[in-house]
Amino acid sequence: MKQLRLSGSGGQGVITAAIIFAEAAMNEGKQVVQSQSYGPEARGGASKAEIVISDEKIYHPKIVSPDIVLSLTQKAADKYYKGLDQNNGLLVVDEDLVPNIPDFPNVVKVPVTRIAAEKVGKMLFTNIVALGVLVKLSQLISLESAKKAVEKRVPPHTIEQNMKALQLGYDAV
Amino acid sequence: MTDMKLMQGNEACAAGAIAAGVRFFGGYPITPSTEIAETMAKDLPAVGGHFIQMEDEIGGMGVVLGAALAGQKVLTATSGPGFSLKQELIGYAACAEIPVVIVDVQRVGPSTGQPTSPSQGDVMQARWGTHGDHPMIVLSPWSVRETFDATVMAVNYAERFRTPVILLMDEIVGHLRENVQLPEQEKIDVYTRRQPTKTREQGYQPYKPEADLVPNPAAFGTGYRIHVTGLVHDYTGFPSGSPAVTEEFIDRLHKKIAIAQDEITHYDEFFMEDAEYAVVSYGGVARTAYEAVQQARRQGIKVGMVRLMTIWPFADKVIEKIAGKVKSILVPELNYGQLVNEIKRAANGQCEVKLLAKYNTEIFTPEEILSEIEKLQGGSK
Repeated sequence: MKQLRLSGSGGQGVITAAIIFAEAAMNEGKQVVQSQSYGPEARGGASKAEIVISDEKIYHPKIVSPDIVLSLTQKAADKYYKGLDQNNGLLVVDEDLVPNIPDFPNVVKVPVTRIAAEKVGKMLFTNIVALGVLVKLSQLISLESAKKAVEKRVPPHTIEQNMKALQLGYDAV
Repeated sequence: MTDMKLMQGNEACAAGAIAAGVRFFGGYPITPSTEIAETMAKDLPAVGGHFIQMEDEIGGMGVVLGAALAGQKVLTATSGPGFSLKQELIGYAACAEIPVVIVDVQRVGPSTGQPTSPSQGDVMQARWGTHGDHPMIVLSPWSVRETFDATVMAVNYAERFRTPVILLMDEIVGHLRENVQLPEQEKIDVYTRRQPTKTREQGYQPYKPEADLVPNPAAFGTGYRIHVTGLVHDYTGFPSGSPAVTEEFIDRLHKKIAIAQDEITHYDEFFMEDAEYAVVSYGGVARTAYEAVQQARRQGIKVGMVRLMTIWPFADKVIEKIAGKVKSILVPELNYGQLVNEIKRAANGQCEVKLLAKYNTEIFTPEEILSEIEKLQGGSK
């Protein structure tokens, strides 16, 4: 069983990224559950999405101990790195938005928001850049599956830019 | 089976409604049920159905009753605050015997409470939210796939018994996405509402019950003159002040459900054969309870589980039977303790019934339930 947590603030797209990741894993024959928690605000406020992937049927729908935590805000990083296993856990942060890296042995820093803004053209693609990063680091799904899942879940006129974002994220780590 | 999909509980509810023949949705969006309205707005027109967003929750309830009286299969969806507002018209539907499914995706209350957080706080409201004596059918699914099935069932029961049916979901299952394979449409058991077989000249009376105690009021627009009222009425559908008519009416409302109770009581038993302890659970919480029971079994604790899908009418016989077998029953609920009291009543002193309550916006962890199961071993019969 593998457990991933994507965290940030409302509007950064972490829930969409988690749905796409979960769908890709399902297409590779895995059992998945994907859940989220967020505040009542439409934008801003804490937002968190979780994915559990297993070969067997999954009952308890939430993460018990995450293998990977992605944090796109300082607040999310400070809150969620604590649940990670000191030896095997992996913390992935946006290096511009999380200036104070938590004291944790295994941290990967990626300028995901900057890549989205400067290389894809819009900050809106931050979540798909982050998805590319997670695909590479987690080794749970292939880039091909991720591409197919992205294509299915994003508006048709944005597919090209989203593919670019995914590849840039994948190549950034 | 159709292709494997990643589907959300709320989406599965909408899909189940359409599969069961629902062609009219009226409502007002509210978290955590909004995706049901969204999906209905997107998918209903494609099958010739209608979606309408009303001015408020009460309007959303009124409009589905109107559509149901005109012969449509209908559904509305809400959460706690909206469920409260809909109660008066739910009672009207019970009295006028209008088939309608009300989905309540529970969130933390009272009032606006915690709009995005899971709860099971509406269990008693689902049963007793509207005034007066009437039965209620309430189903609570524990998975995305079962949400599809339970919605089909809810629509079928509403149509067959001519009664409001509550699909009591929770935020856990409503917002959960998981792998699902939906059945082919032709494999789905869909009930078609009974039509009158006689004309008025032949003695047709809209509210005269058939052998199953369910009457056959014709839909508006089908050539019959029908009077619909929230006053107690006789077979003609017009109000009656008679004690005899009133008694027969209230009796019949109860009995039409009671005679079918075994058929509509759905539940699962896990590891109960040699169980000395049992966990009784429902809705999204049952997923965590099942995980905990499995872990306890691995530790050698003889614990089983009963998972109730039908909440009301309450599974008295099921609980009475297991209470006679085990030393204690643990009831984890995401509320201050609601269904636990029904379980105590049905257990009738045969064993200890213990509540594990949680109401802080977080769901149980398997460890929390496991630790309570371990403590049961210290208890005595």
